Amino acid sequence: MNARLQAAPDQVETRNTTCYMCACRCGIRVHLKKGEVRYIEGNPEHPLNQGVICAKGASGIMKQYSPARLTQPLRRKAGAERGAGEFEPISWDEAFGLMEERLRKIRATDPKKFALFTGRDQMQALTGLFARQFGTPNYAAHGGFCSVNMAAGMIYTIGGSFWEFGGPDLDRAKLFVMIGTAEDHHSNPLKIAISKFKRRGGRFISINPVRTGYSAIADEWIPIRPGTDGALLLALTHEIINTGLYDRGFLARYSDSGHLINQDPASAQYGMPVRAGVPPKGDNPDHHHDQLWWDRHSGRAVPNHAPDADPALFGDYRLDDGTPVKPVFQLLMERVGEYTPEWAEAITGIPARRIRGLAHEMGITARDQKIELPIAWTDSWGKEHNTVTGNPVAFHAMRGLAAHSNGFHTIRTLAILMSLLGTIDRPGGFRHKAPFPRAIPPVAKPPKGPEAVQPDTPLASLALGWPAGPDDLSVDAEGGPVRIDKAFSWEYPLAVHGMMHNVITNAWRGDPYRIDTLLIFMANMAWNSTMNTVEVRKMLNDRDEQGEYKIPFLIVCDAFQSEMTAFADLVLPDTTYLERHDVMSMLDRPISEFDGPVDSVRIPVVPPKGECKPFQEVLIELASRLKFPAFVTADGARKFRDYPDFIVNYQTEPGSGIGFLAGWRGRGGEKAMVGEPNPRQWEMYEKNNCVFHHVLPRSYQYMRNWNQGYHEWAQRTRVRRYTDPIVIQIYSEVLQKFRMAAQGRGESPRRPPAHLRERIATYCDPLPFYYAPLEVQATDTVRYPLAAVTQRPMAMYHSWDSQNAWLRQIHAHNYLFINVKTASALGVADDDWVWVESPHGRVRCMCRSSEAVEPGTVWTWNAIGKAQGAWHLSPDANESQRGFLLNHMISEELQTAGGARFSNSDPVTGQAGWYDVRVRVSKAGADEPAETSPQFAPVPAAPGTSKVRKLWQAFVAGKGDYK
Amino acid sequence: MNPAFSVIFLTTLLGAGQGLFLALFVIEVRVATGLLPAPSTGFYPLGSAIAVVLLATGLLASFFHLGHPERAWRSAAMWRTSWLSREVIVLPAFMAAVAAYGWAHWQGWPGTLLIGVIGAAVCLLLFLCTAMIYACIKFLQEWATPLTLINFVLLGCASGVMLAAALAALRGEPNAFVVGLWAVLLTVAGMVSRIASLWRNARLKPRSNLQTAIGIKHPRIVQKAQGFMGGSFNTREFFHGRTPGTLRAVKWLFIAGAFVIPAALASAGLQAGAPALLVAACAVQFCGLVAERWFFFAQANHPQNLYYQAVS
Amino acid sequence: MTQLALVIDLNVCVGCHACVTSCKEWNTSGEAGFMSDDNPYDRDPTGTFFNRVQTFEVGEFPNTQTVHFPKSCLHCEDPPCVPVCPTGASYKRPEDGIVLVDYDKCIGCKYCSWACPYGVRELDEHQKVMKKCTLCVDRIYDAKLPESERKPACVLACPTSARLYGDIHDEESIVSKAIRESAGYALMPEWGTQPANHYLPRRKTEMRIHEDELERADNPLKIDGRLPKPGAKDPSLDDVTSW
Repeated sequence: MNARLQAAPDQVETRNTTCYMCACRCGIRVHLKKGEVRYIEGNPEHPLNQGVICAKGASGIMKQYSPARLTQPLRRKAGAERGAGEFEPISWDEAFGLMEERLRKIRATDPKKFALFTGRDQMQALTGLFARQFGTPNYAAHGGFCSVNMAAGMIYTIGGSFWEFGGPDLDRAKLFVMIGTAEDHHSNPLKIAISKFKRRGGRFISINPVRTGYSAIADEWIPIRPGTDGALLLALTHEIINTGLYDRGFLARYSDSGHLINQDPASAQYGMPVRAGVPPKGDNPDHHHDQLWWDRHSGRAVPNHAPDADPALFGDYRLDDGTPVKPVFQLLMERVGEYTPEWAEAITGIPARRIRGLAHEMGITARDQKIELPIAWTDSWGKEHNTVTGNPVAFHAMRGLAAHSNGFHTIRTLAILMSLLGTIDRPGGFRHKAPFPRAIPPVAKPPKGPEAVQPDTPLASLALGWPAGPDDLSVDAEGGPVRIDKAFSWEYPLAVHGMMHNVITNAWRGDPYRIDTLLIFMANMAWNSTMNTVEVRKMLNDRDEQGEYKIPFLIVCDAFQSEMTAFADLVLPDTTYLERHDVMSMLDRPISEFDGPVDSVRIPVVPPKGECKPFQEVLIELASRLKFPAFVTADGARKFRDYPDFIVNYQTEPGSGIGFLAGWRGRGGEKAMVGEPNPRQWEMYEKNNCVFHHVLPRSYQYMRNWNQGYHEWAQRTRVRRYTDPIVIQIYSEVLQKFRMAAQGRGESPRRPPAHLRERIATYCDPLPFYYAPLEVQATDTVRYPLAAVTQRPMAMYHSWDSQNAWLRQIHAHNYLFINVKTASALGVADDDWVWVESPHGRVRCMCRSSEAVEPGTVWTWNAIGKAQGAWHLSPDANESQRGFLLNHMISEELQTAGGARFSNSDPVTGQAGWYDVRVRVSKAGADEPAETSPQFAPVPAAPGTSKVRKLWQAFVAGKGDYK
Repeated sequence: MNPAFSVIFLTTLLGAGQGLFLALFVIEVRVATGLLPAPSTGFYPLGSAIAVVLLATGLLASFFHLGHPERAWRSAAMWRTSWLSREVIVLPAFMAAVAAYGWAHWQGWPGTLLIGVIGAAVCLLLFLCTAMIYACIKFLQEWATPLTLINFVLLGCASGVMLAAALAALRGEPNAFVVGLWAVLLTVAGMVSRIASLWRNARLKPRSNLQTAIGIKHPRIVQKAQGFMGGSFNTREFFHGRTPGTLRAVKWLFIAGAFVIPAALASAGLQAGAPALLVAACAVQFCGLVAERWFFFAQANHPQNLYYQAVS
Repeated sequence: MTQLALVIDLNVCVGCHACVTSCKEWNTSGEAGFMSDDNPYDRDPTGTFFNRVQTFEVGEFPNTQTVHFPKSCLHCEDPPCVPVCPTGASYKRPEDGIVLVDYDKCIGCKYCSWACPYGVRELDEHQKVMKKCTLCVDRIYDAKLPESERKPACVLACPTSARLYGDIHDEESIVSKAIRESAGYALMPEWGTQPANHYLPRRKTEMRIHEDELERADNPLKIDGRLPKPGAKDPSLDDVTSW
């Protein structure tokens, strides 16, 4: 610092775009000095992050200029083994030629032999369209191994979920309960909200095996054993029902609590809601709303929401025809009867007294601190309300609940508990974000059978969807799976985000079939994104008797040299987020706020490095070359010049007016949500902070499951097709249909194969129940007593940043955290090398004792450990020598006693059970090397990555060293 | 603190040079007052030259401590507030005085005593500056004591006088025995004061602790992460990275090397009239003082270290 | 007299390190730069940062507090690092109280770092001068920036607004109010350095439930007849007494 201090900094150019170092997608301002990135700051005018930025976002410079950047298309050298990382550069022409030829052949013969799986689930509008147009069902993003239980469990119950779909309204909440949320979930918006909430004096309770990150600033930390959240939530439900702390008025009107369920075991409709048989006016043909209530006043069954009727929530009734029926709420009460706090204490480790107290806190806050907003609105049954009521208890939950094989039912319980408290889309509770809420289940359905896959023909539907019953499964006549990952099969009927974690194993084994080409975008399936890493790496490199690779052709698109790129036959160098156009589309998972839809764009602020090409451009180019119908004109000519052109001009149907972007539609940009393509749409976004925020009228901002005004708006703007109410499903009719199929009844002719009947009947329970995670059930927990879980640290949140010179100083390697008393009982001390062993594998690492972890749990930061040579790190870098993954100990499959193999996943949704593994810990021998195990042969730097190995660096923008 | 050899050599060499000069000056005073026989003519110039060389070497060593030695001239600027700045002024002044003193003797000029008086005053000032650089940092409690100044003076004098004695003995000067006696006495005095400071430091109660460092009043606070994993200036500069065992060993080593052995060697040398033993005493003592100075830095426990205890 | 400072609210800091990297990002290319990194892609990467976030565990399971603790130069009102500097490179600006290092005068003797009890000065291993937080002095007076953005990069970045910035000598400033109203405290008060930066402690919001809150006339269980109510035929005092 010197006298020049207060001189103005040199003139810099500033451009707005959208961050993509994680899935939050904050608005950023990028300052450029002589073409080099000088500074990346949060855009204060952006609704999502309001000017703040996280550690990763602020380190974007080091990502942009990382020496691990891939800069040219690479082909595996002839004769080189996969995984050895030996490549030769080729031109894009060659690369496209290769892909075009191969994909054209597959498409013309058997399109399902092409599989596209992406690590990014917020680009699905385009990647999903590509797969659909290709005609392959084998497509998904990473949701299956991330948090599909969270999406499915809540959407199948309340029509919305957390994160991009909805969230806690901390502006008005008084009590906030966060459960199973690592510090890497919904980063900046949640941080902003929690901070404001705490400053306003809100009470924040965190339920988590580990106290870090957000939990650190909770007013109270309730440690819980991993995988037992369902037991806690069921006990809370039990207590809330038994003390009458539920919001009866809300449940009666807005949920299925009063719906009568057929209780006649002899009836074909046993377990199904009884219906009037006369659909109400304006009904949704897919969702009939003619269930019956038992009217308390008249003492007889009436159509739901009959004028002046009030449903009985408890009781045991008989219809006029003698059919015994019970209201859903009665069934729920019966279900949770055995789930007492004392019962839960033994499972969760939380004292029963505390569970009761927690239930009382929730219930009393919801009941006694009501918010009344003077907002008039009309509900779906025509009743006019003068106010919107809020019960200010908010929740947030994420992968800690989801990544267990009992997660679906756990999360259903959470959604039910939130409903019991009357907090759905109400002030201070849970609030939806457009385009949510969706119908339960949403309308999109996966292909129904093998006949849906035809040569040279797009799929009639999207590859992913939301089954409403056995008819919607993707199964063949024998009940076998259609998809390579077996999603939507009887094994995992509601695998709505696919099951990326089983693709490689299944394709390698040829079960259900072999594929030809696997295209992986931005997913590290040879490392931290896969279970059973050691074996999966072998599978990727395994050959059949003819000497051909079991997965014949592997294309990987990534911006960096990762562990995965080493296994590719063809590597496509992606751009960074600063070098590309992108959309956060309403057709996808936009960045909407509670008050209305928000979508946004990314615009390139620096030119692509080397020959990097955005993956979107690759897809558009391939789609055009392969002449996908949506990408060519009737005479076969290319329709879209490039991705920006595609975004502006693509419409879901000719003339639909629905495109990827909702803002500035219409010829002159005068329309919102729906309208003709606007040739200047990108410009208008750019001028407006790259974001379009449509604030709904206040009367459409709440109660959107049942808000007539909102539904009409949503229909007008094509957000929804129908205007029917989205009634909370405490009792899941969808699950009951699957159960009935397993019991050999029900309307669907489809029946699960014999060996899956019991599984379906057990897990497709229409009411939530608790079971220990499947892996825990199958493990000798005396031998393997400790639960092992991971989370991402905030500074390395939601992606892999060991190539980032600043961030890797914060997390260069990782330790296994063990409760102080547990460590002392095991005789291990800080910095000791220990073996962590599960029934599936073992890892050597260093340990660190901690008072902030539940005694039965060990944990570590995920994805800090790296393979030698990957990410352009030296072979002796901390990441590979002292860093480690738990993945080596987690199997992607579980074997039943009968020898049947299943994915190590939730039996309903196929959600990967990352956090179910049980381990034991022992001190490593004194003679063992001081490095983590397993180790892998180092991979050489790929051609096109930096050749210079800097002993030190000092980044100064504008000097031209980094351009 | 992580001991830096540049500073270790700076302070030990300076101390020896100062002690040597003071020995010469005191001899001259004693000679002038008739309490000692006059040494040979070359004794003062040679002694002064050696002192200048020691001081210059010390100064040179200090340059290795600087990130920008070419800007060292700037460091005289803040003499009003900075003991380091004062040292930077006083050290060249003292070197000049010693050089003038030796030169005057060499040339047989009168007024050597006057130069000597000035030199001695500057010498004491230099002791003060050097010691106060360390003693003035109040939160380095091991240093923030008058004992630091006393030790710097006594240990500097002991090593310098030992050198004078060895020189005298080698040259067969008549005062060799007396000067040797002084050296032994100073060494013993140094040992007493240094042990006093060890005794004091062993009983120090750190005024800063994790509770005051982060402002949380709880008896059980443990750092889990210092915020980075590959080290930083704060971990490199303030931690010696040695075991307590090493520290203990160095302590006994310097007690033996700086005090016990040289005193014994010197005593034996004086009794036996063997200059070689005095030279050996000198060499051992210097090495012992290097160890002492290393320990001086290593033992100082900087409160900033409270913030840098763990990686994870 | 103005004394600019940060007030760090430990009650909301989640330890995300946004302040750490946004600081580095702003300053490495700014007037206080560069901020070098050694072994950027090798073993034990290490570099110059002006700000670090540390983690402490307080208490014993299950009564554990995890405390995230950001630390940068505290801009002491009586900064011990300033008078010891032999060249005057380390100085405290009278106009706003910011403690700075003049890189052109610094000789890299590290003495100021010895004289700082907080360990917030870092010698850049390649520029060989002492570096530290400048409170983004090249931002906060930049008239070209909108008023709302004339703040240190870390303050703008902080997602939980755990970093407040202002003049602690101005009674009405946001920082003075925070210190006053939320029990702001200084680090290592025992040394009399009077750090300008303050910290706000953890605060705990609790909920007290009175037993009678569980007994309510409008308990919905009553509507559905689930709250036990004695029947008219059940025994009562009426059966056995006659006054």
